[in-house]
Amino acid sequence: MAKKPIQFQLNGSGQAIFAEEGSNLLDVLRRGVGDLSPKYGCGQGTCGTCTVLVNGEPRLSCLTLAETVEGQSVETTAGLAHGPQLHALQHAFMDNFAAQCGYCTPGMLMAAKALLDRNPSPSREEVVEAISGNICRCTGYEPIINAVLAAAQSGGRRYG
Amino acid sequence: MIEFRKEYFADERDDNLNEIGKPTQRQDMLGHVTGRSPYFDDHLFDGLLHLKCLRSPHHHARIRSVDTSEAERMPGVKKVIRARDVPLNLNTLLSLMDFGLDDEPMLADKKVCYVGEPVVAVVAETERACFDAIAKIRVDYEVLPHVLDVEEAIKPGAPSVNPTYPTNTFLYHEKYDHQKLRFGDVEAALRQADHVVEGRYQMSPIEQAPTETCGAIAAPETNNRFVVYTSTQALFFSLGTAAKMLKVSSNRLHFIGGTVGGGFGGKVDSIHEPMAILGCMLTGKPVRYAWDREEEMQVGAPRGAERWYITDGVMNDGRIIARKFIGYFDSGAYTRLSSYAIIKGTGHLPGPYTIPNVSSDVYCVFTNRTPATAMRGFGITGVDFSIEAHMDKVASKIGMNPIELRILNSYRDGDMKAHRRLAKNTALIECCQVVAEKAKWKIGSEYKAMSSLKGGGGERALIPAHTAIDQKGMVRGSGTSSFGYQPQPYVPSTPTFPSTPAFPSVPAYTPAASSSPAPGAPERRPAENAPTPSSTYNPTPSQPATPVEQRPAVNRFSSISGLRRR
Ligand code: FES
Ligand code: FES
Repeated sequence: MAKKPIQFQLNGSGQAIFAEEGSNLLDVLRRGVGDLSPKYGCGQGTCGTCTVLVNGEPRLSCLTLAETVEGQSVETTAGLAHGPQLHALQHAFMDNFAAQCGYCTPGMLMAAKALLDRNPSPSREEVVEAISGNICRCTGYEPIINAVLAAAQSGGRRYG
Repeated sequence: MIEFRKEYFADERDDNLNEIGKPTQRQDMLGHVTGRSPYFDDHLFDGLLHLKCLRSPHHHARIRSVDTSEAERMPGVKKVIRARDVPLNLNTLLSLMDFGLDDEPMLADKKVCYVGEPVVAVVAETERACFDAIAKIRVDYEVLPHVLDVEEAIKPGAPSVNPTYPTNTFLYHEKYDHQKLRFGDVEAALRQADHVVEGRYQMSPIEQAPTETCGAIAAPETNNRFVVYTSTQALFFSLGTAAKMLKVSSNRLHFIGGTVGGGFGGKVDSIHEPMAILGCMLTGKPVRYAWDREEEMQVGAPRGAERWYITDGVMNDGRIIARKFIGYFDSGAYTRLSSYAIIKGTGHLPGPYTIPNVSSDVYCVFTNRTPATAMRGFGITGVDFSIEAHMDKVASKIGMNPIELRILNSYRDGDMKAHRRLAKNTALIECCQVVAEKAKWKIGSEYKAMSSLKGGGGERALIPAHTAIDQKGMVRGSGTSSFGYQPQPYVPSTPTFPSTPAFPSVPAYTPAASSSPAPGAPERRPAENAPTPSSTYNPTPSQPATPVEQRPAVNRFSSISGLRRR
C-alpha cells in the first residue's frame, strides 16, 4: 500500500514519517514515531484513553486520520513534564491517588491539560464535563476530579 | 472518607499501625503519570506480525469443513493456523491444580459451542491483512440446536454443549453432578418452622471491561526461548498453560507481565499467550495477539450469571432455623473458573449467619454462552446478593425490622459454620449497628447492645448430631478428574442419554441418567449398583471396589481442589 510522508510537531520537536494511507494518528504515534504514551482502549472513539492535543484541542487519536495533522502541533503525555520537572497535573494526580492501573491516565491528563490551558480555574462541573469522554474503570473518577481541581488551585506554582 | 471505629475489638489489635490508615503512594505511580508504565503493547518489535481469529457466528454448530486456501494466498499473510497445528488442543485452566477435565480447545476442531469461539487463526503483517484473509476463509457449518438457559440445559434431551461433560454439568468429587453441602436436617427443620419463605434470584453476566484489552506479544529470544509480554493477571497460570498446550518446557518461556491495564478477573484465562507463542513458533517472527474492544465484549469471559433458589424456615421470633439453596452457575460452553467459584461459594453458605440446618446443591452448568470466568469476589458476590435480597424478603414476610433480623441471625465468634470451621473475627453485628446509625434506621436497644464477641460458641459451636445425607446426583461411570489421566469412555449397556453426540477424541464419562430430577426421568442410582464394566477407568485396580454405602460420609471434601481427600 502506498505510504504518505507526514510532517508535524510532536511535543515541540519536528517529526517526519511515512505512514500508510488511511492510518490513524494513534498507530502512527505509537508504532511510527514510538511515542507509547497514548493508549489503545477501543479504537472506536468511546473510551478516551487515546486522547492527544492537536493545536491545543483534545482529539481522539484513534479516530484522527494521521495525514490531517500535517503541519500541526501534537501534544501527548510523554511531553508533559519539562525534563525531570513534572507538570502540575502530574503532581496532582500523584498526590490525589488519581490512577490505579494507570491505563486511562495519559488520556485523562491530556483532557485535563486542554481544560486548564483555556480555563485556569474551572468549576467542579467544568472538570467533570472536560473528562466526560474519558473512561476510567478503576478509580471511580472522584480522585481524578479532585486532582484536576488541585492542579488548577496550585496554578502550576506549587509544583513549579 | 475512611472512618476508623477503633472502639471495636480494641483489645484484639495492636493499635500502633504504621501504614494502615495512612495514604501510601503506589510504586508505579510515576510511570503512570508520565505515560511510561510498560503495558504489554508498549514493546516495539521490528517485523511484528499480528494474529486475528475467525470466530464462530453460531451458538452451536458442527464444523463440516474449513477451506483456507484462498486466505493463505492473500497479501501479507504469513501463516494460517488450524486446530491440528496446536500440539495439545485441549485444556482446562485449573488442570494446573489438578481440578477438572481438559475440555476447551485453543481452536475449535469438530464443533463450535458459543458465538465467537475461535476456529482459525491468521498471522499477517497487519491487522487489516488478517481481517482481509479471514473474510476469505470458508467454513461449512451444520447448525446444531443450542441451549442458553441453565435449567433448560440440564433437562433430559437438552443439546449437549461440551463433549467432555455430555450432561452439561461439571463433575464434582469424581462422582456428583453438583457440589453438595449438608449440615443438619433441612427438610425436618422446614417442617417445624412457623414460616417457609422461598425466593428465586437471577443475576446477569457482567463483563469486566478493563480499559486495556487482553493481549500478548511473543517473540523469539536467544537460545531457542520465547519472550512473552502479556496483560495477564495470572503470570504463572499463563506460563503453565502455554507450556502444556504447546508441549514445551516452561524454562523455554520467558514471561514478562505485572503491568496490567485493569483486569478485575478478566485477565486470568491464559488465552492469548499460548496462541501468540504458537504464531511465533510457526513463523519465527514476533507475533501480537490482542483483542479489539468488540472481541473483549463478545468473547472476553464475563462474571458468569447465577441463578439461586433459597428456601428459609423461619420462626415467629425471627430465628432462621433452616436454609436450603439450589444454585446454577452459567459456566458458558467451557469450565474456565466456574467450577472453582462454586467450591468457594459453597464454603461461604449460608452467608454470615448462624443457621443450624443448611443444605445446598450447586450446579456448574454448560450452556452455549460465552465461557465465564473470574471477576472480583466471584462465587460469593452472586449468592450474597441473593442471600441479602432474601433476608429482606423474610423480614417483610414475618413483619420484622430487616436490620434486627440480620443482627439476630448473625454469626458470632465461636459459632460452627456449615462447612465445619469455627467462625472467628466476625463483625456483622457491628456492621449492622453502624449502618443503622448512619442510615438513621431505628433498631431496638437490645439489638444495639448485641456483640459479635458475646453469645457465640457453646451449643452454637457444635456440628449437628444428625446430618441428613443423600446420593442424589451421582454420576455413573465417572473417571478421575486428574490432569494427565485419559480415562476411557464408559459405555453403559443400555444407553440412557440419547442426545449425546460421540466425540471419540475427547475423554468423556457417560452419565447414567439426565441431571434433572424431572418427573418421568430415570432415577439416579449409586454407581456400584450397576455391574462394573471392564472399560470403566479404575486408577487403583489392585484395590477391591468398595460399595458406596460403606464409604465415609459424603460431606468430607477438600475445599480447595474439590476432590476427595486421598
Ligand atoms: S482508543 Fe480512542 S477513544 Fe478509545
Ligand atoms: S486507573 Fe485504571 S482505568 Fe483509570
